[in-house]
Amino acid sequence: MRTSPQKGLPLRRRAYGGAMRVLLYLSAAATLGLLAFLIGYILYRGLPGLSWEFLTSAESMLKETDGILPAIQNTVFVVLVTLAIVLPLGVGAAVYLTEYARSRRIAGAVEFAAETLAGIPSIVYALVGMLVFCQFLSLQKTLLAGALTLVIMTLPTIIRTTQESLKTVPQGYREGALGLGAGKWRMIRTVVLPSSADGIVTGCILAVGRIVGESAVLMFTAGMGTTLQQFFTAGGFTKSSGATLTVALYVYAKERAEFGLAFSVAVVLLAATLLINLSAKLAARKLKKR
Amino acid sequence: MNNPVIETKKLSLFYGAHQALKAVCMAVPERGITSLIGPSGCGKSTFLRTIDRMNDLVPGVRVEGELHYRGENVYAAGTDVTELRRQIGMVFQRPNPFPMSIYDNVAYGPRTHGIRSRVQLDAIVEESLQKAAIWDEVKDRLKAPALGLSGGQQQRLCIARALAVKPDVLLMDEATSALDPISTSKIEELVTELKKDYTIIMVTHNMQQAARISDQTAFFLLGELVEFGETEAIFSMPRDKRTEDYITGRFG
Repeated sequence: MRTSPQKGLPLRRRAYGGAMRVLLYLSAAATLGLLAFLIGYILYRGLPGLSWEFLTSAESMLKETDGILPAIQNTVFVVLVTLAIVLPLGVGAAVYLTEYARSRRIAGAVEFAAETLAGIPSIVYALVGMLVFCQFLSLQKTLLAGALTLVIMTLPTIIRTTQESLKTVPQGYREGALGLGAGKWRMIRTVVLPSSADGIVTGCILAVGRIVGESAVLMFTAGMGTTLQQFFTAGGFTKSSGATLTVALYVYAKERAEFGLAFSVAVVLLAATLLINLSAKLAARKLKKR
Repeated sequence: MNNPVIETKKLSLFYGAHQALKAVCMAVPERGITSLIGPSGCGKSTFLRTIDRMNDLVPGVRVEGELHYRGENVYAAGTDVTELRRQIGMVFQRPNPFPMSIYDNVAYGPRTHGIRSRVQLDAIVEESLQKAAIWDEVKDRLKAPALGLSGGQQQRLCIARALAVKPDVLLMDEATSALDPISTSKIEELVTELKKDYTIIMVTHNMQQAARISDQTAFFLLGELVEFGETEAIFSMPRDKRTEDYITGRFG
């Protein structure tokens, strides 16, 4: 005669199993609920203030407009300048460590340092950036000083993700290229780097996410200017202070108590984060296929 | 032997403190197939990789003695390793085509050595693929990714890639051990054809393979070259007791 395996279990054990199941279900539901509440609340408070004009104009007492175009512009600028510096630097360091460094001990030490640097709270970078770039190098509070500080902050991320990616390149590719008489750099440029492009791009997108979400560093080093930057006049971005989106949110909330507008900025940040995450997933999948 | 292509003089190799090759003296004649046999860890692959200096990649490797390629010591200071590796091609145990198109794989070597002309490259790619007996299978999809080929096709592509730089010597490191029997026999056939034009040195785990296709056989044991001679002689009347024990399957 066949009996169900459950039948033999004493009631207590069955009750225990059931209770655990309910608890786990509740934690999953709570997580999802919290997220839904957060997004819902941000949209509820922020959407009413969001308009085309808000996105495309600057603050003006005369015209009586509130707008975050300068903040968007500053954010884009900071992202671009930071990436332009950190990408060659970080990828170069990772290539050196993985492909050239002869001493395992030195490479190990640098890797450990990068790992530690990645975990340091950003306000520490902010403090150092303020003292080194703004004061010691007399850059003042400028977008350039902010971008340079972010370079230091995101460098470990780029190095780590690039290294991880380089390590997954099969040794056979390297041997194959060298075996045909390719020099080391040619081998790296034509075989190793292209096959680790997915990891490098993912690292970049992660870095963009960190930059867009960063506030402490930029408050300390890039200031809170809200005027529209002049793109093409001499020294535009390197001479003026400017608030990125996160800093603008801070200004609206803490200095002007305009919570509606702060939430509108939050909606923009939410959308930006979503976009960055989606593009990271998409890029990784696209590049992996090849 | 007159004018050996590869000649080693008391060649020793150390991985840190471990001695992997013990004063190997060996002279490989021009053209034909020389196979290196012996149990795992006997140094046959290490020996093969000293010829094109692939062991340079392993940290902590030290080489003593001399290895001459057409009369020049490749371990002498100032040797151009990239030029050496152009003349001495290598095919690896696992097929390792690059993640690019079939065409770009074969053109990789010539491009590395400065050939840019499309016409020239087209000719080299076709000639190499034909020599590697894979042209008919891939001629209609040269732009397709190489990783889409089967394992046996990939290995023949790797042979074509090696031939494209017009090498003099071809080293094969257990090039059929990752392949099925049909692909293996195709590659054996191909190698038998290629030996008319190239000096081929191959490591093999498979004694039947060595007996079937090679002209000379070298038997390695614990880093030592125990016996080297005509394949027929080695397999019919080995001079050394250890060779006899190995080929009759008493150990290995």
